[in-house]
Amino acid sequence: MDYATLLQILDSTIRLGIPLLLACLAGLYSERAGIFDIGLEGKMLMAAMSSATVAALTGSVWIGLAAGIAGSMLFALVHGLASITFRGNQLIAGVALNFVASGITVLIAQSIFGQGGRTAPLAGDARFLPIDLPFAEALQGVPVLGPLYYEVISGHSALVYVAILLVPITWFVLYRTRYGLRLRAVGENPASVDTAGVSVVRLRYSAVMITGVLCGLAGAYLACGLQAGFGREMTAGRGYIALAALIFAKWRPWQALGATMLFGFFQALALRPDVVEAVAQVKVPVPALDALPYILTVVVLAGLVGKAIPPRAGGEPYVKER
Amino acid sequence: MTKLPTWADVVLVPVISLLLAAFVAALVLLAIGQSPIQALNVMVEGALGSAYGWGYTLYYATSFIFTGLAVTIAFHGGLFNIGGEGQALLGGLGVSLVCLYLPMPHWTMTLLLAMLAAMVFGGAWAAVPAYLQAKRGSHIVITTIMFNYIAAALLIYILVSVLRPTGSMDPASARFPDAVGLPKFHDMPFLQDLFLKYGPDGLLKLSKEGLPTYQRVPANVTFFIALAACFGVWRLMWHSRLGYEIRAFGKQEKAANYAGISSFKIIMIAMILSGAFSGLMAINNVMGQAERLLQNSAEGAGFIGIAVALMGRNHPLGVLLAAILFGFLYQGGASLGLETTIPIELRTVLQGLVILFTGALDIMVRMMLGWFFVPKTATAKGAA
Repeated sequence: MDYATLLQILDSTIRLGIPLLLACLAGLYSERAGIFDIGLEGKMLMAAMSSATVAALTGSVWIGLAAGIAGSMLFALVHGLASITFRGNQLIAGVALNFVASGITVLIAQSIFGQGGRTAPLAGDARFLPIDLPFAEALQGVPVLGPLYYEVISGHSALVYVAILLVPITWFVLYRTRYGLRLRAVGENPASVDTAGVSVVRLRYSAVMITGVLCGLAGAYLACGLQAGFGREMTAGRGYIALAALIFAKWRPWQALGATMLFGFFQALALRPDVVEAVAQVKVPVPALDALPYILTVVVLAGLVGKAIPPRAGGEPYVKER
Repeated sequence: MTKLPTWADVVLVPVISLLLAAFVAALVLLAIGQSPIQALNVMVEGALGSAYGWGYTLYYATSFIFTGLAVTIAFHGGLFNIGGEGQALLGGLGVSLVCLYLPMPHWTMTLLLAMLAAMVFGGAWAAVPAYLQAKRGSHIVITTIMFNYIAAALLIYILVSVLRPTGSMDPASARFPDAVGLPKFHDMPFLQDLFLKYGPDGLLKLSKEGLPTYQRVPANVTFFIALAACFGVWRLMWHSRLGYEIRAFGKQEKAANYAGISSFKIIMIAMILSGAFSGLMAINNVMGQAERLLQNSAEGAGFIGIAVALMGRNHPLGVLLAAILFGFLYQGGASLGLETTIPIELRTVLQGLVILFTGALDIMVRMMLGWFFVPKTATAKGAA
């Protein structure tokens, strides 16, 4: 494998890793607050459809982005209602929302565009356009680092840089603000937060809504950045891979960046079986590459690579003592 | 919150949840400019309006009974098995291996072997997450989801690289020999009279040999095995020591441990049984209908098992009724896709809404019902 191929793969690693990263950070807020969310997939799908639809109709990707976030937040609100207000089973609520999203996105896209559940293809301002970072062209001649900067780091759309920036922001919010402390506390021991006079319900709703916003970004990036339009089931299990990455990262932001980029790398490799074959010197079946993130997650869950301990109050509805 | 009388809990809560789901689906249809009444008519006509429609409805229902029972068994043990889809895929692999490489002279013998293989393969696929839950504390929900994806990848690999006949392009196994085909409803004496074909003149359509011809439906002998499975699960859960242990463990793990019930044993047994029932579904779709192994043979039935179990209140009788209801939704949804401009995905929406209302918003439904039951119970107490 030569350097140019490596750069190509790293470039697609970032492209494919970013939706995972956004969804993973989304899950991080919710699960750190004690609300398990296996509905990331559905929220992303909903956001992908809403953003692509509105972007196609208005011609502006930014209005599309807002619509995507709104669509995702609507689902987040239902998830919050079911798991916080009505103290229902959070896992079942997530599964249910995934099914609803899977069907309703096709229903809506079909009724508006009539193209078999796809939205009209997006072009021009209806997509996130690549941004060339300063000096990318000029520094291209610098050996090794120049092409790396030009090919891999520069030339992505704005959401990619936003997603990367969200990692330190999330870290700061979680570990350096009062809100973050309370958020983590409410995921470990909601009774203590309640005793301190802070509303458990409000905290958890805020976390679930942040999850909605971030899933909205992830879905909009999928439909208007990575691809040019929405197609049925276009998330293709990314919500679950993000969940896997979240466990792999043990619910911490920097590790989430690492885990999602690792899983993005696997996805990029699965697209290039020829390269894998050349490097490994054996023929690796593509399905094996596809399954790698899932197998890795099971290995992590099994505690073979350090133990992943979820937030202690996760999955438990909080019932205030009377 | 008011405690509801048992009949309301068992009958009213699922019915109201279903109505709420239907109501929201109707709103969705209105929002996309379709008529919910017309949709309902097409669904009822397509799924229940003819013997032919019933032949499909019951075919789907058969699969859903198995996966519903699978989820039910695990639920009673306090375990949420989302891995039905993967277990059903693996069950299909087991069935296919038997049908391709061990065909017996008579279909009954092949069926028995295939059932065994389906249960072993499905059970084994559930055993790994079960072991990880029991020994390492890995959350069963996440591991079973992961195992769904791994199963799908594994199956693609096996179909493309191992079972695909040489020269064939689509990722599917070879056709099973004719001798292993299961009798369909239109092959069975008496039952087949329902599927007689009539010509436009109202007379029986006859074949060249002068014999009556029948409409071909996918519902097959597996349906009766599914009915037997419902009875078997009921006996197991409520009339056997093992069933008692599973339910006790599911209700209160610590108390069950104190009573001498081993967590490890129950988690393993409940999950393996659950996986075995998911796998058993494959005799319906793989052996009974497709007669070869296809890439996505389970077609989401593993997930519908969740909705069926929730709707059926985790009781085999409820599972049976809910499975028929979902069979209706499935077949009716297919008619919608054929006869109207409403996409077939409406059934996925309905499925999700049923899971949402019965599984996650059940407390909301109970609260709403509680308002109606408050005065009655209060007076009853006063009288006593």
